[in-house]
Amino acid sequence: MEYILDVRALSMDFGGLRALENVDLCIRQGEIAALIGPNGAGKTTLFNCLTGIYQPTAGTIILYPPKTKSKQLNGLKINAIAKLGMARTFQNIRLFGGMTVLENVMVGRHCRSGAGLLGAIFRPPTTRNEEKEIVRKSYTILEYMGLAQQVNELARNLPYGAQRRLEIARALATDPLLLLLDEPAAGMNPQETNELDSLISQLQKDFQLSILLIEHDMKLVMNLAQNIFVLDYGKEIARGTPQEVRNHPAVIKAYLGEEEGPDAEIGQC
Amino acid sequence: MAFWDDHPSKKSKSVFHMKFTEEIKRSIYVALWLMLLTFPIIVIKVNTIDNVIIWRWSNIAGIGLASFLLSFFWQLYLRKKAPEKGVAMEKESFFRRLLENPKIYRPALIIIASCALVFPFIASHYQINVMTTALIYIMLGLGLNIEVGLAGLLDLGYVAFYAVGAYSYALLNYHFGLGFWILLPAGALLAALFGILVGLPVLRLSGDYLAIVTLAFAEILRLVLENWNDFSFGPSGISNIPRPGLFGIPLTPEQSAVYLYFILIALCLLTIFVIYRLQHSRIGRAWVAMREDELACQAMGIDKTKAKLAAFALGATWAGMAGVLFAAKTTFINPASFTFLESAMILAIVVLGGMGSILGVITAALAIILLPEYLRVFSDYRMILFGAALILVMIFRPGGLMAEKRRQYQFHHTDIEDKT
Repeated sequence: MEYILDVRALSMDFGGLRALENVDLCIRQGEIAALIGPNGAGKTTLFNCLTGIYQPTAGTIILYPPKTKSKQLNGLKINAIAKLGMARTFQNIRLFGGMTVLENVMVGRHCRSGAGLLGAIFRPPTTRNEEKEIVRKSYTILEYMGLAQQVNELARNLPYGAQRRLEIARALATDPLLLLLDEPAAGMNPQETNELDSLISQLQKDFQLSILLIEHDMKLVMNLAQNIFVLDYGKEIARGTPQEVRNHPAVIKAYLGEEEGPDAEIGQC
Repeated sequence: MAFWDDHPSKKSKSVFHMKFTEEIKRSIYVALWLMLLTFPIIVIKVNTIDNVIIWRWSNIAGIGLASFLLSFFWQLYLRKKAPEKGVAMEKESFFRRLLENPKIYRPALIIIASCALVFPFIASHYQINVMTTALIYIMLGLGLNIEVGLAGLLDLGYVAFYAVGAYSYALLNYHFGLGFWILLPAGALLAALFGILVGLPVLRLSGDYLAIVTLAFAEILRLVLENWNDFSFGPSGISNIPRPGLFGIPLTPEQSAVYLYFILIALCLLTIFVIYRLQHSRIGRAWVAMREDELACQAMGIDKTKAKLAAFALGATWAGMAGVLFAAKTTFINPASFTFLESAMILAIVVLGGMGSILGVITAALAIILLPEYLRVFSDYRMILFGAALILVMIFRPGGLMAEKRRQYQFHHTDIEDKT
């Protein structure tokens, strides 16, 4: 299998604080990978480095889009990285609250369209068609995510679960190769989490995505992920299949502390 | 909605038992407060000739009684209105429906258009001048609306772009003898360049910081214009700026006022058209997204730098045009016309009208410029009335007179049709 993302020896310092230290991460084309670790382990920091919000102190991030040549991502601006095919959601939902649901997704199409100022003012047929295409595509995505009834509602008026789904829809609109989900199940009840579980695996198949997700819900992670990376204090402490990670002594130590017996297992709680 | 809506309706039963005690209590507080506040000016009168103080106690009794009664009836009105929240909402959407109903707004538009056409031929010279000023402010308001309303860039120095436009016309005309029709686009272009120049250093800033820096830029520009005598003729300004020409036909001041009025009507229509188109375009959406969440909009692939600079440049373009027209209208400019108060006025227009709402900004511009002119009777209290109006609008309509409404789309199975 081919890799889609390869992160080598990534470090991130905030002043004297080392938030990430020599993190290696690779994600294969079409897989669902998960990034777990206790609070403050540096998971979101890693996401922010990958998407260009932070400039990493050291290390390389390379994206391998299929059929084209690889691109180094560090040093690029956030919007350039999004255009290369990396889309993300945020831990604390960051929708455009004052815009309608449809418009939120239409904004996601921004990097796949090109109408400029003159196009906007004179609205030639190309712009007109592009605009139609944006609306059509956005609506299709919303239909897929089960939000077709709410297209004209303001994003901030949506219930919590729908906001989470809208954020994913907006990310999908950018035609990503790799989708980064930052705690998609946070604040959801067990039933919603179950729905999310099947939604994510369905997404991966239908859009031929690779997905990297941060999640604290171990059941969801163990169900979905083919590959799990565990971070603690900015360092990778384990990686492997759910089975391997579940029984890894370092992981058990990080999550449950030193004193636990040898048969303690993650994911039973 | 407004603050009194927070009272849950179940409370109203117990309130009803108390009859009017709550209202009376509140009204007494209001009356006492107002009596205390107005005491120095209403009661004390110093007779400087005899060096005695006259205590006019009867006045304060009048104030107390009047404010008590007013407050009491106001409270009653509020209480009556409170349980009818649903009705109030209904009314608002009813007004919206009126605006959106083609049977209503088409004739309304025709009436407004014909009034605008006939107006200069029936109104006096003074009236036309007032209306022209109002139209200039409409342009300024709509231009600032791009920056503040759409892109969320709080610009307190908008008047700087206005000054750039006005001075480009005045100076280029003075030195090179260029005419109005060449300098109108030139002034707009120079202002746009100045907008980019201001935009570049403040790209990283947003919110309060941006407001302060833009304010500083405008003050710097004003001080430069005031002090650089060789360049801008300092505080004495530039006079004898020509009015716009009409194919070399000589016009009397009255005729040229009418001419300028029509130029402004045309330019306002152009502004409305362009801003409407921009609002409902890819760029407009990018601006609004940037206003809503700067980080998320970048993560969607929007180039923040480009979007911000475009907003600054376009906003400045309209200020530049308005500046040229202002110089052509008054035929005299000096730095005193471009103070912070002017920026605040334009910002008040945008905020009052409703950020991002074209119709709102137009209404607010007309209200803010025309009302003080026609309320000259109350000229002593103008600022008090102005302040009170601002507070009232912000309490009752926090989104502005006509809050921005997002475009609605309708979908039928396969074909897609959008409806505004």
